[in-house]
Amino acid sequence: MRLTIFALAASVALAACGGQSSTGGNEISLLNVSYDPTRELYEEFNADFSATYKTPSGKTVMVNMSHGGSGKQSRSVIDGLPADVVTLALQNDLDVIAKETGKIPTDWRTKLPANSSPYTSTIVFLVRAGNPKNIRDWNDLTLPGVGVITPNPKTSGGARWNYLAAWAYASKQFPGDEAKVKEFVGKLYKNVLKLDSGARGSTVTFTQQGTGDVLITWENEGFLTLQEEDGPKYEMVYPSLSIRAEPPVAVVVGNAEKKGPEQLQAAEDYLKHLYSPAGQRIVAKHFYRPNDPTAADPADVARFKQIEMVTVDDPIFGGWPQAQPKHFDDGGVYDQIFTAR
Amino acid sequence: MTATAPDGARSFRWRRRSVLPGFGLSLGYTIVYLSLVVLIPLAGLGIRSASLGWTQFWAIAFDPRVVQALQLSFGAALAAAVINTVFGVLVAWVLVRYRFPGRRWLDAAVDLPFALPTAVAGIALATLYAPNGPFGAILDHWFGIKVGFTPLGVVMALIFVGLPFVVRTVQPVLEEIDRETEEVAATLGARRWRTITRVIFPALLPAILTGFALSFARGVGEYGSVIFIASNLPFQSEIAPLLIVIKLEENNYAGATAIATIMLVISFAMLFVINLLQAWSRKWFGHE
Amino acid sequence: MSETAQTRKVRRAIGEGPATRIVLIMVALVFLGLMLIAPLLVVFVEAFGRGIGVYLQALALPDTMAALQLTLLVAVIAVPANLIFGVAAAWLITKFDFKGKSFLLTLIDLPFAVSPVVSGLIFVLLFGANSALGPWLEDNNIQILYAVPGIVIATIFITFPFIARELIPLMEQQGSSEEEAAVSLGASGWRTFFQVTLPNVKWGLLYGVLLCNARAMGEFGAVSVVSGHIRGLTNTLPLHIEILYNDNKAAAAFAVASLLAMLALVTLAVKTLLEARFAGEIAAQRRH
Repeated sequence: MRLTIFALAASVALAACGGQSSTGGNEISLLNVSYDPTRELYEEFNADFSATYKTPSGKTVMVNMSHGGSGKQSRSVIDGLPADVVTLALQNDLDVIAKETGKIPTDWRTKLPANSSPYTSTIVFLVRAGNPKNIRDWNDLTLPGVGVITPNPKTSGGARWNYLAAWAYASKQFPGDEAKVKEFVGKLYKNVLKLDSGARGSTVTFTQQGTGDVLITWENEGFLTLQEEDGPKYEMVYPSLSIRAEPPVAVVVGNAEKKGPEQLQAAEDYLKHLYSPAGQRIVAKHFYRPNDPTAADPADVARFKQIEMVTVDDPIFGGWPQAQPKHFDDGGVYDQIFTAR
Repeated sequence: MTATAPDGARSFRWRRRSVLPGFGLSLGYTIVYLSLVVLIPLAGLGIRSASLGWTQFWAIAFDPRVVQALQLSFGAALAAAVINTVFGVLVAWVLVRYRFPGRRWLDAAVDLPFALPTAVAGIALATLYAPNGPFGAILDHWFGIKVGFTPLGVVMALIFVGLPFVVRTVQPVLEEIDRETEEVAATLGARRWRTITRVIFPALLPAILTGFALSFARGVGEYGSVIFIASNLPFQSEIAPLLIVIKLEENNYAGATAIATIMLVISFAMLFVINLLQAWSRKWFGHE
Repeated sequence: MSETAQTRKVRRAIGEGPATRIVLIMVALVFLGLMLIAPLLVVFVEAFGRGIGVYLQALALPDTMAALQLTLLVAVIAVPANLIFGVAAAWLITKFDFKGKSFLLTLIDLPFAVSPVVSGLIFVLLFGANSALGPWLEDNNIQILYAVPGIVIATIFITFPFIARELIPLMEQQGSSEEEAAVSLGASGWRTFFQVTLPNVKWGLLYGVLLCNARAMGEFGAVSVVSGHIRGLTNTLPLHIEILYNDNKAAAAFAVASLLAMLALVTLAVKTLLEARFAGEIAAQRRH
């Protein structure tokens, strides 16, 4: 009898697998593999795209989403997750896919405007209401007795931007003196109370668990937190200098192509839609800085404070292909900070 | 490791004769299923880490950060397993032997750590034991003990995930223990404590050892709940599974599999010793 | 359960004094309260914190329903598969004496010793695009990883030893004299198993199935690695909880988590049902 149950279960399973891959005749589905904080953004953007777009043969497009840590998502695509497009947190995560699988052309950054980053963001601080520790800039984060919350740069894309922003500030303070810069960043990380695995985890540690005096986070994540019910308990602080985080997007040509030219076309048009006025409007609404501010709601754009920003292509970093191995690979500067103590 | 490891069976032949049927069938089925589900997939792990070569392998194994993480993972798991064994046996005893209001609810709650996704457990524990959580604040204020974001927090999470193993392995055996022997011991004038140590404990010992071993093994590998209650800072409370995840993020599959293999080998050795100990205890206490 | 005058008398003769009893119960209550019930309360408080409306809304989301279906499907395949194995392995280990038994037992325990993170990883190494099997699977359009089959396989691996591990200490404690008697009286192997062994181990079997099921439904780490996290398609309940939590919908996340916590209620129901059904038999066992 148990065997029959087992057989039954197995057939149910097979039926479920079969049902999953089939899509209706008038609809094709895309899989967008993205990182964590873009959920709300793509929820609205996908609805807009599905409502307005038809493939040349008149089919509608449904977009499935997969969210997770940027590095983990990149690895899943390498190991066979059938993504049609990737919209991740770091250039490096796309470079790895291109290098290991060849499913993304290596010159993917040139395929779309603005280095294939349809939106940008920056790194800010969130402090408790009234700013009791009077935190104004990066150097305040290295003072003794200041509890800092930031995610783990090894597992979180956002955390790498946080680290690089701190590094950029220190590099301006101590031009040409890397030992001092390292010491500064080391002092900052000595103040860290908890390294969560992702940006949202750090937000929760800071807000719900009330740990720490300052949270280093994405600008969009900061705005989202302020919007929540207990938002008035926090304040956002812009440092004097930060980094322009450029989350990139690309079509996974190798995967989309396999499902036919229509699929590839739809994937390309999907990403192009991000750059359209409608796309840019949605982007700004969800607290990402649009490439084309004129397309967005002026009220949305007015929320973003203009501060001095460096990019990862600045000579202090020399672009992701250099910054990644130097700072974040095994034994890199980030690891040295901890072994040095 | 060789296949002809001693197992304590005092037999001259490969197996002792038994009147019961089904040896071939159960052996065949067990081996095939075991190989398909466990051994073949795990072999992939060994092959990947073998691609490293010895020097690289040892470099990873003796990296101070890896050593520290392994120490924390094994130390915390051991502490948690000991605590779980003591309290788990006590809980099983109370649940089986005594009747009190709410017993059934408590009994049902024991499975909870399995059903609750580890991440949820981690968040719930962190909420309670964070420095400003209800329990964390009391412990910190009155006793100066910090639980959240320290190795103590790691132990706490591992107690949570490992508890059902001890309770649920001891409980059915305790339920089946023949009350008659206890009765006989009692009527023969044995003190209660003596009955417990001489009659009940030996019968329970294999189950207790199993519970301890499983709780320990589970704790060593636990990831989901720990990362919420530990600080995850290198050299402070960074557990070995987190290092594996970090290596994977670095696309360093070989490094990740190397740490995984080290953990696996140590855990396997400990489980093996405990299983030998069990076989020995069965013989020693004269159980059939 | 109604106590007869006789069982009450027996319990007095072999039980502990009332003071010891109360102390033991209190210790168990405090321990379980701090370690199990308090985290559970956190889950329910958070789940209902924003009102019953939010709670029901979270459960009615199409993605929640899809995740629930997938979770049930996975459990329905994984639990029976491991049940058959568990019974076969327990029979083999407890009814026969052979060389290498402790080694085999340790191999069965192995999945406990593997970190959930690594459990997922080994299937990526086996079925991933870079594995030996990967290109063949891709050419034949068979999706194992990041689809239902991968989730099922990882779950079977994680819950592999549960039922076997529950049965082995119990069957060991019981010995094989009853089965040997049945066989020597001419009963067939299967008949002996169904009519002698099975009734004897029903509690252990039940605990095993419940634990295996709880863990199958609650597993997060390993499934997270092989699922691909595609909303509405490859998210199990624990993964869906993580998604909701990361969506800033903590209340909804805890609502779904409370759904899994209620699995414990299923345990309660099944046990109560069985206890009622076998009440006579249990009383007989206690008396004999």
